[in-house]
Amino acid sequence: MLRFALRRLLSLALTLVAASLIIFVAIEIVPGDPASYMLGLNAQPETVAALREELGLNVSKPQRYFNWVGGMLRGDFGTSYTYRTEVTPMIADRLLISLPLALYALLLSTLIAFPAGVIAATRRGSGADLAVMGSTQIGIALPNFWFAMLLVSLFAIKLRWFASGGFPGWDTGLFAGLKALTLPAIALALPQASILARVMRSSLLDTLGEDFIRTARAKGLTARQALWRHALRNALIPVLTIIGLQFSFLLAGAVIIENIFYLPGLGRLIFQSLTQRDLIVVESVVMLLVFAVVLVTFLVDVAYAIVDPRLRRK
Amino acid sequence: MSARPSGVMRYRHMITGGLLVLTAIVAAVVSFYWTPFDVTQLDIANKLKKPSAEHWFGTDHFGRDIFSMIMVGARTSISVAIVAVGIGMAFGVPLGLAAASRRDSLLDETLMRINDLIFAFPALVIAILITAVYGASAINAIIAIGIFNIPVFARLTRGAALSLWERDFILAARVAGKSKFRISFEHILPNVLNLLIVQGTIQFSLGILAEAALSFVGLGAQPPLPSWGRMLSDSQTMISFAPHLAIFPGLAIVLTVLGLNLFGDGLRDYFDPRIRRDSR
Amino acid sequence: MTSRSLLQIDGLRLSIGEQPILHNISCSVDAGKVLGIIGESGSGKSMTAYSIMRLLPQGAVVSGSIGIDGDNLLDKSEAQMCEVRGDDIGMVFQEPMTALNPVLTIGDQVAETIRIHTSAGRREALSVAHRVLERVELPPGKYPLSRYPHELSGGQRQRVVIAMAIALKPRLLIADEPTTALDVTTQAQILSLLKKLVQEDDMGLILISHDLAVVADIADDIVIMREGVVVESGTVRSVFAQQTHAYTRQLFKASSYQPERSTITNVDDNLLVVDNVSRDYRLPRTSFFSKPGYFRAVDRVSFTIRRGENLGLVGESGCGKSTLTRVILGLDPCQQGSIVLDGEPVVAGQAMLRDTRKKMQVVFQDPYASFNPRHKVGRLIAEPLHLVDQSLNTKDRAELIVNTLLSVGLEASDAEKFIHQFSGGQRQRIAIARALITRPALIILDEAVSALDVSIRAQILDLLSDLSSAHTLSYLFISHDLSVVRSVTDRVLVMKDGKIVEQGETEAVFTRPSHPYTKRLIAAIPELPVTD
Repeated sequence: MLRFALRRLLSLALTLVAASLIIFVAIEIVPGDPASYMLGLNAQPETVAALREELGLNVSKPQRYFNWVGGMLRGDFGTSYTYRTEVTPMIADRLLISLPLALYALLLSTLIAFPAGVIAATRRGSGADLAVMGSTQIGIALPNFWFAMLLVSLFAIKLRWFASGGFPGWDTGLFAGLKALTLPAIALALPQASILARVMRSSLLDTLGEDFIRTARAKGLTARQALWRHALRNALIPVLTIIGLQFSFLLAGAVIIENIFYLPGLGRLIFQSLTQRDLIVVESVVMLLVFAVVLVTFLVDVAYAIVDPRLRRK
Repeated sequence: MSARPSGVMRYRHMITGGLLVLTAIVAAVVSFYWTPFDVTQLDIANKLKKPSAEHWFGTDHFGRDIFSMIMVGARTSISVAIVAVGIGMAFGVPLGLAAASRRDSLLDETLMRINDLIFAFPALVIAILITAVYGASAINAIIAIGIFNIPVFARLTRGAALSLWERDFILAARVAGKSKFRISFEHILPNVLNLLIVQGTIQFSLGILAEAALSFVGLGAQPPLPSWGRMLSDSQTMISFAPHLAIFPGLAIVLTVLGLNLFGDGLRDYFDPRIRRDSR
Repeated sequence: MTSRSLLQIDGLRLSIGEQPILHNISCSVDAGKVLGIIGESGSGKSMTAYSIMRLLPQGAVVSGSIGIDGDNLLDKSEAQMCEVRGDDIGMVFQEPMTALNPVLTIGDQVAETIRIHTSAGRREALSVAHRVLERVELPPGKYPLSRYPHELSGGQRQRVVIAMAIALKPRLLIADEPTTALDVTTQAQILSLLKKLVQEDDMGLILISHDLAVVADIADDIVIMREGVVVESGTVRSVFAQQTHAYTRQLFKASSYQPERSTITNVDDNLLVVDNVSRDYRLPRTSFFSKPGYFRAVDRVSFTIRRGENLGLVGESGCGKSTLTRVILGLDPCQQGSIVLDGEPVVAGQAMLRDTRKKMQVVFQDPYASFNPRHKVGRLIAEPLHLVDQSLNTKDRAELIVNTLLSVGLEASDAEKFIHQFSGGQRQRIAIARALITRPALIILDEAVSALDVSIRAQILDLLSDLSSAHTLSYLFISHDLSVVRSVTDRVLVMKDGKIVEQGETEAVFTRPSHPYTKRLIAAIPELPVTD
């Protein structure tokens, strides 16, 4: 088990190295010099040179790559071209909104999808099954940002249950913070929950058709006992894959949804930086997003091995 | 012992889906030749009109006809999604076939690692990177979604092809002296085609959602080209007094995606060997 | 009937949807006795078992009575049946590889039977499981309760399934083809285990099989079924001696069928020479950078096949016979040694001469997986024609296809049909037609008759024998079924762990085996009692 995790960890590190190279090279293709761009057309050559020095642009490209990666490893993401401030605290603040939002949405999505999927599978063909299948079909087709807009106009503008946007800050209390994230989290979670519920249902139905379920019934287990003791854990394996994939969708989705709710998260930061051509921030946030996706893939792999003993040896 | 609704029911879903998709495609095609109003023509006097006999879906803040804009927007959505699926298939399928024909070789390993690497970049992240370099455009959206589709098709093709390579009829073809390359196209590809078509409709619908999302945040189609996603982002500030601006483009997305999904589900059942095997 | 039987089935009828499956089945089992149910595919033998367990697919309608100690199981509610299953009646299945839950340990799975029906706690149930696993000869000292199913072989898993079924000493055990998926030596062990358990627990056993010889060895009574009807029943001795029903006679004849064959005359004409061949498999890489490991699947194998000769190759699963087939066919390279077919070298890949390749064809085991489902039969059997040098014109090609179809007993019009329109036996004929079309000198029969019912198998063996004499064909007959190999081959090779451990004239090897492994194999073959 430990060797399995270590091996996956190595592959995670390699993926990150390759990803950082891709991101660095991609951003480096951008024509023009950030320092001249920041100082405008009429800048003195000396000032530009000084700024280049300050931003660490006056070394060779490979050297800059190593400086960038080395900095990130120490938690130093460099200096913003636009604000001339440290990128790290900037990102850290934003992360405190985006990450909880994505996790909140993942939690909601799982909490909705599991019961819905299990009920639909166990009462196959019943009214409950049809309701789950019908509503998830629509849920999958729903763009989360449009759904978010509808939620805002109903719950914030019409009913005034929630604020239509903004974030009070975690220091005003956990409840106030969570409340501000609730509508965005629902908007993100519902479409994902629809996918997850369907996967749960079909995976469970497949598992219920397996030989070992028949064996369990021959031992005297009722259909329900066979489901809970034997089918569920086996059915979880494909569901885990989808949960892993969903996290990257949720994170990307969060980046978009934040714009609707005026949440000062990574999404707002990255779009501002894009328009201001603050490429060091873009570079760092993109790297962070990729890191999150790769990390979740790793966690899903480990979860696989916990659920399925067959994978531990490989 | 089928989990599915009876044949007729499933058929009806598939036809409903097909009709929805067809509507979107017809709207897109017709928009090249005719729209009720010219979408590039501003008509400030008639701005923010509610839906009426003249303007079926109302007008926007520049007085443009929403119905016409949705027709032209269908063009953007569908073409971006189709080309993106095309990119995914054009690269992913041959790569998957090649990897499967040399299982566990260095080629196979390398292709799969590259796949994993691309998987680490969500379409949005690719779009951000491309925008940072080249600026935002519809092409940007196509490339971002297209790249994201490559590993999807590569993995699917490889997985299905691997299990086919184990089948006796492939061995028989090899005993008949056919090369791996020829077998890949003569035997493997036709037998994974069903799967690719079904996945194609799924990726098509995901592509429409992704295009809308990218345009919504300004990383996709740029003005004056109308797109469903940008219509929604424009409507954001006006949703409280002009909800029709948000409702109709949103419905256009939902119905097109729903149609594709229903159609895809129907296709999957139609192709499902577990159902067809009953006939033997 | 002297006393009331343990299980008494009367007038059992079953239909699923509109489809009638069983018609008026009656039979009985006594405590401590074994009832064998014999039938070919579609006979309804498994459905009889599932009717007793009341584990039938949705839409099944059962009538009649299934009495166990006077209680009619068909009158019981589902909840009452759950108490009966596993406690009064245990069941063992055909496929041990899929019958166990892959994510639970074997200890927990055996203990579950106990915990479902008694008030025992986990620890207590596990200690019972410990004793039960010992009884099925899977001592926990060697195979701890914490093992997972994938860590056991097929035979060991079947022991676990048996342990689950007998943990509470049920009065009746149903075994549905319990040894069909197992090797012959494992089969013998499992059968003697079942017999021992029957005697020790005074349990009734229903043994369902397609194989007369398997049942003949251990059953007291026998029921022969065909298309949902009992055609003959009685004690094994009386049924075997009398064979009242025509189908019974047919079944007996087919089970020990020996096709008429002409023996070869020219002894020195070697067609295939396999010399000192080894094949290593690369194990899948564990990670991107680690060096791949190797496994030697075929180890310095040498033999020859003469023109017109039938050579048998026997061995249990995993012995390397499939790998050897692939190497001989030039599908995989060998790491050592050489293969010469009719004077020309056999090499892997495209380097082999077309002319050499066309002299050797193959027929596989599974008649369902052997054909591309998207092509018509005409195209399927014409595939190897691509090896024939002279480009045939369309008319000659069509004529060749028709003639080949006719020569394997099919019709000309079959060329226009798709493969799913044919039965298993017909498909095997099509596979033979495909192998025959290039006029090869050697056909490799890789378990080619193993998936067929005995009566169909006899027909295919006849066809093969006719073709062999008509075209001076040699066969390499690969099978795990030793009795078939004995009846159709001139010489035989015995393979174990990648090596040929014994080879010689078939009769000589079967009557006077010299290698201990061959002795064990032959001793394990279930045999039909001699009847005349």
